[in-house]
Amino acid sequence: MAVLRSKTDPRADAFAANALHHRALSADLRAVVGQIALGGDERSRARHTQRGKLLPRERIETLLDPGASFLETSQLAGHELYDDVVPSGGVITGVGRVSGRECVVVCNDATVKGGTYYPITVKKHLRAQEIALENPLPCIYLVDSGGAFLPMQEEVFPDRHHFGRIFYNQANMSARGIAQIAVVMGSCTAGGAYVPAMCDQAIIVRNQGTIFLGGPPLVKAATGEEVDAESLGGGDVHARISGVADHLAANDEHALAIAREIVASDATLYRATVACQAPAAPLYPADELYGVLPKDTRTPYDVREVIARLVDGSEFHEFKPLYGETLVTGFAHIEGMPVAIVANNGILFSESALKGAHFIQLADRRGVPLLFLQNITGFMVGKKYENQGIAKDGAKMVTAVACARVPKFTVVIGGSFGAGNYAMCGRSYGGRMLWTWPNARISVMGGEQAAHVLATVRRDGAAARGESWPEADQQSFMNEIRGQYDAQGHPYYASARLWDDGVIDPVDTRRVLALALSVACREPASLTDARFGIFRM
Amino acid sequence: MFQRLLIANRGEIACRVIRTARRLGIETIAVYSDADRDALHVRSADRAIRIGPAPARDSYLRIEAIMAAVAASGAQALHPGYGFLSENPDLAQACADAGCAFVGPSANAIRSMGSKIGAKRIVAAAGAPIVPGFHGDQDPAVLERAAQKIGFPLLIKASAGGGGRGMRIVTKAAEFASALTGARRESKAAFGDDDVLLERYLTSPKHIEIQIIADTHGNTVHLFERDCSVQRRHQKVIEEAPGPTISPALRARMGEAAVKAAAAINYTGAGTIEFIVENDEFYFMEMNTRLQVEHPVTEAIVGMDLVELQLRVAAGEALPFRQADVHANGHAIEVRVYAENPRRKFLPSTGKLAHVQFGPGVRVDTGVETGAEVSMHYDPMIAKVIAHGGTRAEAIGRLDRALAQTRIAGVEHNVAFLRQVLGSGSFLSGDYDTGLIAAAGASLIPVEETRLDEVAAVLFAQRRASESVWQRGDAFRVNLPHRQVVRIERDGRTRQVGIDGLEAAAAADGSDGAILVNIAGQRVPCGVCFDDDTLYLMQGGATVRIREVGIDVDHVAADMDGDGRVCSPMPGQIIAIHAQIGATVKRNQPLLVLEAMKMEHTILAPLEGVIERLPVKVGDRVDDGAELVVVVKQS
Repeated sequence: MAVLRSKTDPRADAFAANALHHRALSADLRAVVGQIALGGDERSRARHTQRGKLLPRERIETLLDPGASFLETSQLAGHELYDDVVPSGGVITGVGRVSGRECVVVCNDATVKGGTYYPITVKKHLRAQEIALENPLPCIYLVDSGGAFLPMQEEVFPDRHHFGRIFYNQANMSARGIAQIAVVMGSCTAGGAYVPAMCDQAIIVRNQGTIFLGGPPLVKAATGEEVDAESLGGGDVHARISGVADHLAANDEHALAIAREIVASDATLYRATVACQAPAAPLYPADELYGVLPKDTRTPYDVREVIARLVDGSEFHEFKPLYGETLVTGFAHIEGMPVAIVANNGILFSESALKGAHFIQLADRRGVPLLFLQNITGFMVGKKYENQGIAKDGAKMVTAVACARVPKFTVVIGGSFGAGNYAMCGRSYGGRMLWTWPNARISVMGGEQAAHVLATVRRDGAAARGESWPEADQQSFMNEIRGQYDAQGHPYYASARLWDDGVIDPVDTRRVLALALSVACREPASLTDARFGIFRM
Repeated sequence: MFQRLLIANRGEIACRVIRTARRLGIETIAVYSDADRDALHVRSADRAIRIGPAPARDSYLRIEAIMAAVAASGAQALHPGYGFLSENPDLAQACADAGCAFVGPSANAIRSMGSKIGAKRIVAAAGAPIVPGFHGDQDPAVLERAAQKIGFPLLIKASAGGGGRGMRIVTKAAEFASALTGARRESKAAFGDDDVLLERYLTSPKHIEIQIIADTHGNTVHLFERDCSVQRRHQKVIEEAPGPTISPALRARMGEAAVKAAAAINYTGAGTIEFIVENDEFYFMEMNTRLQVEHPVTEAIVGMDLVELQLRVAAGEALPFRQADVHANGHAIEVRVYAENPRRKFLPSTGKLAHVQFGPGVRVDTGVETGAEVSMHYDPMIAKVIAHGGTRAEAIGRLDRALAQTRIAGVEHNVAFLRQVLGSGSFLSGDYDTGLIAAAGASLIPVEETRLDEVAAVLFAQRRASESVWQRGDAFRVNLPHRQVVRIERDGRTRQVGIDGLEAAAAADGSDGAILVNIAGQRVPCGVCFDDDTLYLMQGGATVRIREVGIDVDHVAADMDGDGRVCSPMPGQIIAIHAQIGATVKRNQPLLVLEAMKMEHTILAPLEGVIERLPVKVGDRVDDGAELVVVVKQS
């Protein structure tokens, strides 16, 4: 297979300047995530550990196979989203390896507002379940939550993709044979009680985990009955009397060890859906990506420089290299797994869109997962192009992306603007996972363009009314638009709202994609066709 | 010379005899017990014959079985090695009766040296000095007069005695009468006999022994001395030749005395006369009528093969040299590498040798190799390491270097301890006595190496790496440090070690099972051996045994309900049971006694409750981990 030869000079001044810029972005990302990973404030954490509980991230560490990877998703969820600080959106999610099997882990963080569900918490929990459903992966819920965040109940409780969807998903995943396992390590109150109750198997930690529909205060208010939490719904009650839990654990470690054994007892056999080959490292080091990417997203560069640092042996079998050159398409491997890469190399023209549509069909027919490397300012505009019918050519590519059945992955490596976002498998296009680099920007159009468009509309309106619009006002108006687009187009802003599955350091891209691909490139040898989830008896 | 030799022994000495026999073109026949089916000595011999089950009394100590092997194999000679039946006159006699040459002295010679008192009489008559003493009339007045004559300090010993009971050290005459009364009372209580004997008490004795060899043609020659004063509980630990404090004049006197003593009993073959030496005075202690464990140091300095000489003498040949032809060259030191734990009172250690590798530049006599089992049935010696040098300092240096590069995994061992002794001021001076180790006490016990914990953690993590992208051992995390915590157990204690990624392990790819590690800011080689879940790191002669431990669900679960189950901590034999099924016991109450490796281990009740199960009885042999007793809580 053809090998990509880098034309980048790592000793060039521009390379060093780029690297400095992008390393700083990655350092900032790591600093922000590092802070988020601490969870709630020090007092909450101290109170948590004083009760003999492990911190949520310690629980995950204990649950996972030592040394194995954890593909954490949506780390920035809730980042600067509410007046309250909600690190990780109050729930830690990701794909991790437990007893040699990849599982989705959903872990409440009780140090963040008692683990209650903000709207973003619900969204993140549901997204994790979606990953479990699509790939499919067993779910392990480490429950320690006070239920819905009551002040925002209207954004948490009633709608189609609100709290109830969690249990709907549990039942339907169970029906499909996707194991649902709960470890009750703290409160499971009200609606939260259904997380363990809806699981195939549940573990509860004695003197720590509680499950009840109504807690002691509510019971007292409702019936006058005075009862303590442990006798109302503690571990012994549920493991010995009610049968709501199946296993009683002495402490967090014990409970997590039982969960590991439960996963180990799953006999599901997976088969590969793609032919793999022996993995090989790229010919160029990943950290050269920092120097390859221009500081300014508007500066053009050859996206093959990125591909050369992502794929096995920097080998790339390019499709239609001489046609529609602003879209680079071709086949490659990541850690031995095949991928069909669609990468922007400039603005999309009709030819590029047609080539893209052709290639996506090709990948879909051949069962090769698609990887979109998105850096797109949009489709070409102007009379010539509209008259040529660029809209119908763009529609062809969007149709191909929307309908491709192979797993699709997207990494936003630069701009993500306008209809280019759709054609390049934006969030709405059902990709298995979507990641963003720290230098990326996402919005319906660029801030500059938006400022001009809106200013023009307003100026025209003013002119139509015969009013004048002072130049200074125009400038400040445009600056405001630019500022708004800049803030809202920032990847943290996007990630805080779960428009992606996380912002990642470019040097980790290959690793992240390999992990994501590996669970997407297989399926259970036998899918169950049971009609119902497992009933708790 | 013989064509076929049977070696009635096992371990390193059997291997060592086979080596010489092979060089001389003699066919070798080994014998083995069930425990030694695949032992090195069996594999080294031309063929081997089973002589019984594992316990020595049922195999290596059974003369009929040995003689049956002689008959079955057609062996013309039998080498008894050391230990076992080597000083049993009945074996020598049985050989003589069967027309098989016994590689050693006659049954009579063995017998005359077998009794300590008889031996002293013979040797004294031949002119060798013996420790001034008195054994006779038990009248206190007679004893007191004898004591005055012997001089002080003086030792009162029970005639029937042993183990220090009925023994008293008397430093001056005034204390004699009361010490005598005490010694007699104790002796009577312990042995039912209050006869005592008196002996000069030596305060700073050296154990010096003379190697002799005698043929059947009347030639008896000595091969100089060995200093075997480095002892622990009367067990030799380090031996050297020549004795660093022995003057040429004293050497000559002792050699002459030894030759005379041997000649007095018409001794033939190799033998050793042991003396106590203090202040240029020497006293006969006993004679060993066999090859000694420490014979290699003599071989090193005189440049002879003592086993070859033994065989030639047994075959009736005359010694090819006379006393004047024997010269010592340089200095040789031997250490005995034992499977024992210096940090646990030298408790013997058993198990599979996961790795055995000795340092270069030295002679190693061993009966084991990687994969061999150190069993509870026999002496736990792993090897003898012998260094020869032009000077004593050179020999010490060479030996220490070799020990530093010795890597033994699978059992506890004393290599680091031996290095401590070799490096101690007393040993280096040469002017030490038999009290060296006891006097140094804990200062010679190597401290547990804790600086390799992180290396171990990285190795455990690295070992997890698989083909799956999900398990590369490096704990990949998105945007967060790849930090992982490895829970390890070392020396019975569990601790958690945090490591970042696997960078340290990049250097851990060793072709010969060794890696470079940082200790105190320096790069040093370190042996690595995995045996299932156990990791052995071997550095500087010391071995650190580290296991990665997970969370044992059953254990935690049992702990929740109070686990009253006690399992055997090691293989051994039940020698006493203090409680019955149904008995109510308190926490830590002794329940039974397990004897393992000559030590008694008392098994205590883990909690207060009632004995529910007790599946063993006195005399039972139990394996490591066998259930001994189950105590259940009473609600």
